[in-house]
Amino acid sequence: MSAAPLHSRTPPPDVFRPRLALRRRLGAAFAAFCLLLTLGALGVLFVLLAQVLLAGWPWVSRKFIANMPSVLTPEQAGMKSAIYGTLWLAVLTGLFSVPVGLGAAIYLEEYAGRSRLARFIQFNIANLAGVPSIVYGMLGLAVFVRWLRCDRSVLSGALTMSLLVLPVIIIASREALAAVPSSIRQAAFALGATRWQTVRHHVLPAALPGMMTGIILALSRGIGETAPLILIGALSYVPFVPGGPLSDYPLTSTGLRQWLSTALFDQFTVMPIQIYDWVARPQPEFHHLAAAGIIVLLGVLLGMNATAVAIRAWQQRRRT
Amino acid sequence: MTGAADTSPGLRRSGFAPMFELRAPAATLPPREPIICTEALTIQYGHFAAVKNVSLAIPPCQVTAIIGPSGCGKSTLLRAMNRMNDFVRNMQVTGRILYRGLDVYGPGCDPVELRRRVGMVFQKPNPFPKSVFKNVAWAPVINGYRGKVAELVEQSLRRAALWDEVKDKLHDSALDLSGGQQQRLCIARAIALQPDVLLMDEPCSALDPIATARIEDLIDQLKSEYTVVLVTHNMQQAARVSDRTAFMYLGELIEVNDTNAIFTRPGNPRTQDYITGRFG
Amino acid sequence: MLRGALRKAREAAIHGLLLICAAVSIVTTVAIIAVLLSESAGFFKQVSPLDFFLGTRWAPLLEPRSFGVLPLICGTFLVAGGALLVAVPAGLATAVFLSEYAPNWFRQVAKPVLEILAGIPTVVYGYFALVFVTPHVLKPLWPQTEIFNAASAAIVVGIMTLPTICSLCDDALRAVPRSLREAAYALSATKLEVSTRIVLPGALSGVVAAVLLALARAIGETMAVALAAGMTPKLTLNPLESIQTMTAYIVQVSMGDTPAGTLEYQTIFSVGSTLFAITLAVNLIAHRVLRRFREVYE
Repeated sequence: MSAAPLHSRTPPPDVFRPRLALRRRLGAAFAAFCLLLTLGALGVLFVLLAQVLLAGWPWVSRKFIANMPSVLTPEQAGMKSAIYGTLWLAVLTGLFSVPVGLGAAIYLEEYAGRSRLARFIQFNIANLAGVPSIVYGMLGLAVFVRWLRCDRSVLSGALTMSLLVLPVIIIASREALAAVPSSIRQAAFALGATRWQTVRHHVLPAALPGMMTGIILALSRGIGETAPLILIGALSYVPFVPGGPLSDYPLTSTGLRQWLSTALFDQFTVMPIQIYDWVARPQPEFHHLAAAGIIVLLGVLLGMNATAVAIRAWQQRRRT
Repeated sequence: MTGAADTSPGLRRSGFAPMFELRAPAATLPPREPIICTEALTIQYGHFAAVKNVSLAIPPCQVTAIIGPSGCGKSTLLRAMNRMNDFVRNMQVTGRILYRGLDVYGPGCDPVELRRRVGMVFQKPNPFPKSVFKNVAWAPVINGYRGKVAELVEQSLRRAALWDEVKDKLHDSALDLSGGQQQRLCIARAIALQPDVLLMDEPCSALDPIATARIEDLIDQLKSEYTVVLVTHNMQQAARVSDRTAFMYLGELIEVNDTNAIFTRPGNPRTQDYITGRFG
Repeated sequence: MLRGALRKAREAAIHGLLLICAAVSIVTTVAIIAVLLSESAGFFKQVSPLDFFLGTRWAPLLEPRSFGVLPLICGTFLVAGGALLVAVPAGLATAVFLSEYAPNWFRQVAKPVLEILAGIPTVVYGYFALVFVTPHVLKPLWPQTEIFNAASAAIVVGIMTLPTICSLCDDALRAVPRSLREAAYALSATKLEVSTRIVLPGALSGVVAAVLLALARAIGETMAVALAAGMTPKLTLNPLESIQTMTAYIVQVSMGDTPAGTLEYQTIFSVGSTLFAITLAVNLIAHRVLRRFREVYE
C-alpha cells in the first residue's frame, strides 16, 4: 500500500475523537482517589495517637514512672523497672554495636575496595538487614543464653540487640562515609598521610554527623524491639531494676564493680515488653496502663529521632 | 486579528465562544498568514530571562530554523509553542503566542489538545519501551482514532522513511533499533497524530552523519504537509534544510529572514559574526 | 627506618582490627544458620519432616501432640497477604500522588508523617489493633468478628509496611526517565495517561520488588500479630477468626517455661528455620528484581 501522494493533500475530516472532557474527568477522579488513599494512610497516624493519648494521658504521672509494675493493684503500677531496663539495654547495646559497626563500615568503605570479599560481606549485610528480628532472638537464645551461659541477663539481651542493629549501623555509616567527597581523601594522601591517618583525621570528622544520625536511628529501632528479648528470656513481670538501686552498694571502685557485675547478669525487662504484658491482659485498667506506657515509649523515641533530625539539619546548614 | 482561523470543540475550554471553525489545512491558509506567531514573548525562570521580547512569525508549510549559540533560549522558545515548559516550575510567561490566532497561554486553550496539533520531536530519541507498532499506535489510540490503526501505523512509518526497515520487526522492541531509526520512529510517532506543526528540538545532535542526512531528507519531504520549526546549533544544517532562519542570541531575536538572505547577506553584524564562526 | 616499620605495623594492625569488625557480620550469618540447622536437626530426629511440613494440626504442647506446621504457615500468609492488600494499593496510590500531583508543602508534611508511621514500635500497633481496630472498625461491620482475628493484624501490619512500599515505589517512579514522560505529554496525553500507561509500567519491576520486600517484612512481623491475631493455630481462610502465625507461636513458647533440649524447645528452632527460609527466599528474589530494575535505568 503506498502512501498518499505528498503534494496534493485534500483536507481530511477530523479523524480523531479525543474526548478530552471525559479524559479530564477520569484524571480528576483518579487524582481524587489517590488523594483519598493518601489522606487515609496519613490519617491513621493521628487516629492512633488520639487513641493512645486519650486512653493513657490521665495515667501518666511521676508515680507511673517511679513505681514498679504491680499485677494486683494496677492503679499503683509503674514502669520503673522497664525504663531502667531499656536504659541499661540501650547503653550496653550502643557500647557493643557502635565500635564494631563503625569499624566494619570504615573497613568496607575505605579499605576493602571492590574485592570479592568486600562484595560478599556487603551482600551478607544486606541480607542480615532483612532477617526477621525474632531470628536474632533465637540466635541469642542458643548462643548467649545457653552456650555462653549468660542466662536471661541484660548482657545476653545487649549482645543480641547489638547483632540486630549492627547491619543498620553499618549501612548508615557507610552512606555517611560515602558522602564525604573523595577530594578530601586525595588531598590527605597527596600530603603523605597513611590510610588510617586520612580516615581518622579527615574522613571521620566529616562523616561524623551522618554516622551519629544513623546510630541514633538504629538504637531507636532497637529500643522498640520486643520479640528477640522475649526469646532470650526477658520477663514481663520484673519488679526490680538490674543490679538493684545503686545506693545499696558502697561508693568505692569495688562497690561499683560489684554493682556492675550483678547488674549485667541480672534479669530485666524493657518498655515494649512491659507494654505487651499489659495489653495482653483483659482488664481495662491494664489497657490504660499500656497506653500510658506507650506514651512514655513514644516520648523517648520522639526525643531520639528529634535529636537525629536536628543533627542532620545542623550538618546541612554547616555544609551550605 | 486574523480571518481564517479554526477551532474544534476540544481546543477551546468550555464556556468560551468558538474563535475558529473546523480545522482548515495549513496549505489553504493565506500565504502570508503565520501559523504560529509570538508577540513580545518573554519567558523567565525566576530572575533569569531565557527569552526576551521575541516576536517571531512562523509561516505555514515551510521549514523555519532557529539558530544561535547554546544557552540563547531557542529551546525554551520552541517548547513554549506547545506548552511543554509548563512542567518547569517557577516559570513566567509574558507576551503571547498565537497558534492560528488563538492565544496558547490564554484561558481558551487546552494544552493537551494543543499538543495534538503541535507535535514535538526531542533531541535524544525517546521511544517508549514498547514495540515499534505500539510506539506509533499509542497516541492515536488514546486520542480516539476513528480509522484502522494498522493502516495509520504503516502510513506514518512510510512517511518517516522507516517502513522498509521495520516492516518485519513491527512487534519487536523499539529499543532494539539504531539511534537514527529510533529518531525516525519518534518522528513517525509524532506524525501519526496528523499535527499541523512539527517542532524539532535539535533532532540530529545525538546521531551520526549518515542518520543525520537521512533525517534532513525527511524534513525536506515533510514540509509539503507539515510546518516544521527546527532548532539547531548546526548552521550548515539550517542552511541546507530550512526556508527561513531566525538567529537568537542571549534570549533576543536578532534577525529573521529567508535562509538564503541570512547566510549570504546578513543584516545584523552579530549574525554575521556568528555565521562566520567568530563565536559559537 | 624504625619509625617507618613501626608505622607500617600499626597500619597493618588497624587494618586487621577493622577486618575483624567486618567479619562479625559473616560470623553472625554463619551462627544463625548453624544454630537453626543444629537445633532443627535435633527436632527432625523425633518428628518426621513429612509430618511437620504436611501435617495440618499444630498442637505441640497439648496432648495428643501433633507437629504439622501448615496451620502456622497458613496463618502467617493470611496475615501477610491481608497486609499487602492494605499496603500495596494505598502505598502505591500515595507514592503516585506524592510524586505526580502533590504540591511541595504537602510532600514536606507527608514525608515525616510516613517516617513516623514507620518508626512506631510494633507493640503499639498491636495495642491499636486490639483496642481500636477490632472493636471500632471490624466489629461494627462484621459482628461475628472474634476478639483476636487475622484481619485486624493484617490491617495493622499493612499500615506498618505502607511507608516502606510508598518510599520504594516513589524511588521506582522517579527512576523512570523524564524523557519518556515528555514524549508522552508531547503526544497529547493527559496526566492520568502518562502516569498509568507510561510511568507505572516503566516502574513495574521496582514496584514488584517493593511488594516483595514488604511481604518479607510482613511475614517476619511478630508482636502486633501476637497481640491481635491470637494464639489458636487453625487452617482457615476466614480473616475474622483467631489464628496463630509462626512468629506468634515462637513468642508463645518462649514466654512459658521450656527447658532446653526438650522437644518444645526445639520447635522454636524448627518453626524458626521455616520462617527464616521463607523470608530469605522472598528477600533474595526481591533483591534480584530490584537489581535488574536498576540496571535498566542506569
